[in-house]
Amino acid sequence: MNYVLGAAAGLNTGDIIFQLVMFLILLALLKKFAWGPLMGIMKEREEHIAGEIGAAEKSRAEAQKLMEEQREMLKQARTEAQGLIENAKKQGDVQRDEIIALARTESERIKESAKLEIEQQKEQAVAAIREQVASLSVLIASKVIEKEISAADQEKLINEYIQEAGNAR
Amino acid sequence: MHHEAPLREIFGLTFNLANLLMITIATALVFIIAVLSTRKLAMKPTGIQNFMEWIMDFVKGIINSTMDWKDGGRFHVLGITLLMYVFVSNMLGLPFAVVYDNVLWWKSPTADPVITLTLAVMVVGLSHYYGVKLKGTAEYGKEFFKPFWFMFPIKIIEEFANTLTLGLRLYGNIYAGEILLGLLAASLATDAVGHLAAAVPMLVWQGFSIFVGAIQAFIFTMLTMVYLSHKVSHDH
Repeated sequence: MNYVLGAAAGLNTGDIIFQLVMFLILLALLKKFAWGPLMGIMKEREEHIAGEIGAAEKSRAEAQKLMEEQREMLKQARTEAQGLIENAKKQGDVQRDEIIALARTESERIKESAKLEIEQQKEQAVAAIREQVASLSVLIASKVIEKEISAADQEKLINEYIQEAGNAR
Repeated sequence: MHHEAPLREIFGLTFNLANLLMITIATALVFIIAVLSTRKLAMKPTGIQNFMEWIMDFVKGIINSTMDWKDGGRFHVLGITLLMYVFVSNMLGLPFAVVYDNVLWWKSPTADPVITLTLAVMVVGLSHYYGVKLKGTAEYGKEFFKPFWFMFPIKIIEEFANTLTLGLRLYGNIYAGEILLGLLAASLATDAVGHLAAAVPMLVWQGFSIFVGAIQAFIFTMLTMVYLSHKVSHDH
């Protein structure tokens, strides 16, 4: 069993050194050419994923914020619209009342003036009639007098006048 | 089964040329696998990159199960390299063994206690180095007297025991696997019937050895992280 007890024939000091050196060289070479780049890419991937997650989270938060903003704006627009409608309604009411009031006073005024005019017209008419009646009656009287007064009547009338005139004196 | 080792003496150091060969092959294989699988890296991983990332996450899991990532992150590269190297080494001896002139050339490098103990000593040495580096000498020294001062000798023994068990466990498992494969191949397969008879247990044992090799690689990495965490972590 020489091979088994390789150490029995003297320690293989050369093997020890060779193994050690080779392993250290292997370690250094692998670190430089294999594990280093591999770890680099794994780290890079890790960072990439972390970055992507961060970006996704950020964009999600941004979207959330935007949505909130939109919602707020919508709400605001809705209340604004509600206010506008309310305002318009109120204004309409006021305007309606105003118009009605205006119309009422206008109509009142027109009615009043109409009444006044009617009154005037009536008065005028009455005055005119009165005048006409007077002239007509005079006319009629003159006609009647002209036609129907007899000599006796004339006599009587004259007498009356004279008497009257005497009495007055 | 009594193969010779191709020993050479150079500069007063004893080299087992078979070990040199197999260490080089294992190192090269690990390097080639790792570089090929990480040559085209993409943010969206495909194929082999997925596999490598799985290994990385697996080792990360091992480290996380023993210590804080804040402390253990620095051992990530060490862990992956250890896992890959030990696994590939364990697998190398499985498909065949090359014996030339009664000298064993092709085998698992981890089937040699010198190699496994070298790795174990390196790991334990690293644990002490990082213990001093991360906690300072005073606190590092205090750990040897916890929880009671008279535990000191036991703590010292523990360090050596850890090193020995870490190295010898790996060696034992892989070496035993190879021995049994060799026995099956050499002792049983002497004629046609023997070949047939050996085929089934060989297949079974090779399958089991793959399992053992993977498990041992995992255990080696796991224990490495445990020892490192004992020295590095502040609270345990």
